[in-house]
Amino acid sequence: MLRFYESELRSRLLLGTARYPSPAILTEAVKASGAQVVTVSLRRESGGERAGQGFWSIIRDLGVRVLPNTAGCHSVKEALTTAEMGREVFGTSWVKLEVIGEDETMQPDVFGLVEAARILCKEGFEVFPYTTEDLIVAERLLEAGCRVLMPWGSPIGCGRGLNNLFGLKALRARFPEVPMVVDAGIGVPSHAAQALELGFDAVLINTAVSQARDPVAMAGAFAQAVAAGRAAYEAGPMEPRDLAVPSTPVIGKAFLG
Amino acid sequence: MRILVNGASREIRAADLTGALEELGYAGAVVATALNGEFVAAAQRQAARLADGDRIEVLAPMQGG
Repeated sequence: MLRFYESELRSRLLLGTARYPSPAILTEAVKASGAQVVTVSLRRESGGERAGQGFWSIIRDLGVRVLPNTAGCHSVKEALTTAEMGREVFGTSWVKLEVIGEDETMQPDVFGLVEAARILCKEGFEVFPYTTEDLIVAERLLEAGCRVLMPWGSPIGCGRGLNNLFGLKALRARFPEVPMVVDAGIGVPSHAAQALELGFDAVLINTAVSQARDPVAMAGAFAQAVAAGRAAYEAGPMEPRDLAVPSTPVIGKAFLG
Repeated sequence: MRILVNGASREIRAADLTGALEELGYAGAVVATALNGEFVAAAQRQAARLADGDRIEVLAPMQGG
């Protein structure tokens, strides 16, 4: 069973709620994915249109947990204020902490991330930091009080999968007990399966589902991939080798030359 | 007085944040507020006095990744 802070979850697929063709397709995609956690954000609300109220009603009807993010925040101050606002609106102390350092790659500002994580953990937040695969940053985040890590696979929305396998494997091996969610960059179900096969506890997907030609079908495909990847991890994958090893026994082979 | 609401200039009569939200059409809405960049919890809105030139942010749940 997957555990984030004190919550146990069956599904190892977390789903983002952005960029779906329609609210109805979002609803069906969440159901097809089996996700028990969806990410949400806060944006300016117009007193006339009140668009956020309708969205929030859809999410509440889904009966899933929400993980509010601090997407788009470039400073510690912005991230802290957004986290406070999210805690009040969504009624959860969970926060997916993003402090973006650079716009082209949306790479986390890991220095600001650690600083913000330290403050939020002290204020009682349960922080899910969006980070890189850097081991020392991970160590600092854990020291700050984070009990979940969310390393990127590759830059947000790029769909390139696990960009630094060596680094991700090293991170997994260095902190075997820490729940880790590969967040960002996953493009197709095989990427998600790979993350789970490596021993990552879960994946967070958004664009790969919402921008698929058929988001609902793709959500289902990801659910299967995540289940297969986890089952493979638990089954203990074989070690890769550089040279061929015959699978058919050599002993007893006829001499026919 | 004239204040900035989500970046747009608005003329309001209310003197506190609770009154401003009602006047601006947010009554009953699930929103979070900030005044001049500082979070103001729902319970503190009544006590948050507004002055000419103040900036308020009114945020609501939205799609996110």
